[in-house]
Amino acid sequence: MKMRFRVISLSAPIIALTISFGLSSLILLVIGKDPYETFRIMFEYGSTGKSIVSIINRSIPLYISAIAVAVGFKMGLFNIGVEGQYLMGTLVAAYIGAQFSIVTPIHILFIIIVAVVVSSMWAAIAGYLKVEKGIHEVISTIMLNYIGTGLIAYSLTTLFDEPNSNYDLPRTAELPETGKMPSLNKFFNIEDLQDLHGFLAVAILVGILYYWLVWKTTLGFDLRITGSNPIAAKFSGINPKRLVVIAMIVSGAFAGLVGLAPLLGYFHRYTIDFPTGLGFAGIGVALLGRNHPFGMAVGALLFAFLQRSAQILDLNDVPKEIEKMMQAFILLIVVVFYEVIRRFIVKQQIKDASKRTDE
Amino acid sequence: MKKIFKTLSNRYIVFMPVLLVLVVAQVETYSQLTTSGTFGAAVRLAIPILLAGLGGLYSEKTGVVNIGLEGMMIMGTWFGAWGGYTFGAWQGVFIGMLGGALFGLIHAIATVSFQVDHIVSGVAINILAAGVARFLNVIAFKDVQYASSTASPRIQGDIEIFTMPFLAGGKIGESETFNLLGTIENLDIFLLSDISAFFLGFLSNISYLTLFALALVPVSVLVLWFTPLGLQMRSVGEYPAGSESLGVNVYLMKYIGVTISGAFAGLAGSYLVVAGTGTYLEGQTGGRGFIGLASMLFGNYKPFGVLMGSGLFGFADALQLRSPQSVHGLLIVISIFLLILTFKTFLEKKYKVSIFSFLFSAAFLLWFMNSTSIPNQFVYFTPHITTLIVLSFANQRIKLPEKIGVPYKKGEIN
Repeated sequence: MKMRFRVISLSAPIIALTISFGLSSLILLVIGKDPYETFRIMFEYGSTGKSIVSIINRSIPLYISAIAVAVGFKMGLFNIGVEGQYLMGTLVAAYIGAQFSIVTPIHILFIIIVAVVVSSMWAAIAGYLKVEKGIHEVISTIMLNYIGTGLIAYSLTTLFDEPNSNYDLPRTAELPETGKMPSLNKFFNIEDLQDLHGFLAVAILVGILYYWLVWKTTLGFDLRITGSNPIAAKFSGINPKRLVVIAMIVSGAFAGLVGLAPLLGYFHRYTIDFPTGLGFAGIGVALLGRNHPFGMAVGALLFAFLQRSAQILDLNDVPKEIEKMMQAFILLIVVVFYEVIRRFIVKQQIKDASKRTDE
Repeated sequence: MKKIFKTLSNRYIVFMPVLLVLVVAQVETYSQLTTSGTFGAAVRLAIPILLAGLGGLYSEKTGVVNIGLEGMMIMGTWFGAWGGYTFGAWQGVFIGMLGGALFGLIHAIATVSFQVDHIVSGVAINILAAGVARFLNVIAFKDVQYASSTASPRIQGDIEIFTMPFLAGGKIGESETFNLLGTIENLDIFLLSDISAFFLGFLSNISYLTLFALALVPVSVLVLWFTPLGLQMRSVGEYPAGSESLGVNVYLMKYIGVTISGAFAGLAGSYLVVAGTGTYLEGQTGGRGFIGLASMLFGNYKPFGVLMGSGLFGFADALQLRSPQSVHGLLIVISIFLLILTFKTFLEKKYKVSIFSFLFSAAFLLWFMNSTSIPNQFVYFTPHITTLIVLSFANQRIKLPEKIGVPYKKGEIN
């Protein structure tokens, strides 16, 4: 019986994907491009060995960002501020990490801890404002994003700027060799391709940690029960205020890891053009993957695939921005269909139950 | 003594800074704080926030949370720029409104017909709008000069500018008239000059689009509180099942509310383009949709309250643009305000808050004394930090619509 509902649940993302591809095809037709040809080129380009490494690299921060968002979602808390949180954490970690040099594992662990602490402190502000001042977390986290951006711009040009640098734009000093994450190319025996970020291992660990935290601990139980029925949660003795702050801090802690994949694996320093937008993309991945560690992994890979394979489109005179539209379509349609299917399943369950009582 | 502090309860303490600003503005260095130029800029910058806030009002009064305002505003900016480029300024405004309304309609379909969680849908709308605007801009202005993937070409024409005759020295026909308020402002009399400057900001060199936007405040009061439609819309937000039993079409009311909301946000976006930059720029909304929501909360779900809230944010925004130096003057305002708060909370025996406000007060005083200006990166987020501070003080007295954010399904009582 349960199996049947699981299969029906899975149909939501598949329907959403189909409709999104249909809509995108329609748009391509309207602007006078052949949709079949476009998708064929995208798929062909997206499945080369180089592209696959790039897709995995891109999906690592997306996945971690989605997990940060999902921790909040699980209790009905909307942490839209992952964006600001990871940028703050990454900047400070990049600065402090470049100040000294110790053995690689300890150095990297230290950088991770710094990023996690800074990000979770920044997230805690939103938790505090919600609990003590009643400011909805969506508004406070968005405002904190802008404030964070301003603080970063300021501290990058003054405090954290590389001393005696001959580079025009402000940036932190480069991480010493011991602070760089080794790539996984040797491990997978693909040394002819570009670097496969070593942070992949951390991302997988984060996925497992998230699963354990949400489904195997008391805290996770509290989160889930508050998310599905806040009133019942309150009567069972959960302190909702305390839980909001904790959830915000945990979410911020995961957010701290988001920027570290590009930092430790590729950039090795915080610059003005450090990738932004990963926090917002993570919201989409979390919605698509329904906060499930496996679902979000699939979602992150899908979005990363779209991003990578769209790179070829400009060469074929198709605007590559179609990819942004597709992601957005998938997102909006999938949330609608999850709701439709959830209601359908509830209806079926009621029907089944009444049938059983009739017998 | 205790009585005095009681009257300074949360309700009024928000207005304390206004008085302090007036005093600080008497100092020559910070005189920009209360010039007519600053107030004029404040009005221009407040309008998008005001319109977004009013938009939020229509949606939330019918019980639908509209986090998607920002996205609808983005649509307003792009469609406003496209319409303005293709047809002309006023047409651009109208098309921008339609663009916003379209996205309002999508939000309505998702939240009302499909009962998707309002915030989830709103977040999705914001992401969708950013993607759609980018895509449309690339498609529409591919081979146009001065356009790029993140910016549109300039719109055609401008909105006419209005200056009040006699009070602000506007023209009647061809002849100049007396500038009463301007003369008073230049006399530099405490309070009187500042007040004239305030009104001059509203009456001098003001775009007709601004006047139109300001007129929407009383219009919203009329529509929502004095028409049968408004009553039905509000009843749906308070008690949908009851409204349904009285024959109100709940879904229709919610659709109307959310679509109007989108149109307002679209207008807010097109205002940014048509009365502001003259082109669409990616990211130019800069969180103003959310600040609009904040001003709606600050205004306690009342149109004139929204006007006041948005005025405050507009003022903060105007200062950072016109005179970063005067923002420095605000540091002493904050410091004194926190000191007052320290006494107030001390008398109320909230010692922990009291100590914190004292420490922060001292910190701001030190900062004020050891610097001559604020780094411009800080000035950039003045409106956002104002939002958080204002909401911290305003939130205790807000009356939300009863069934805000609760998905309603016909025939279900919840």
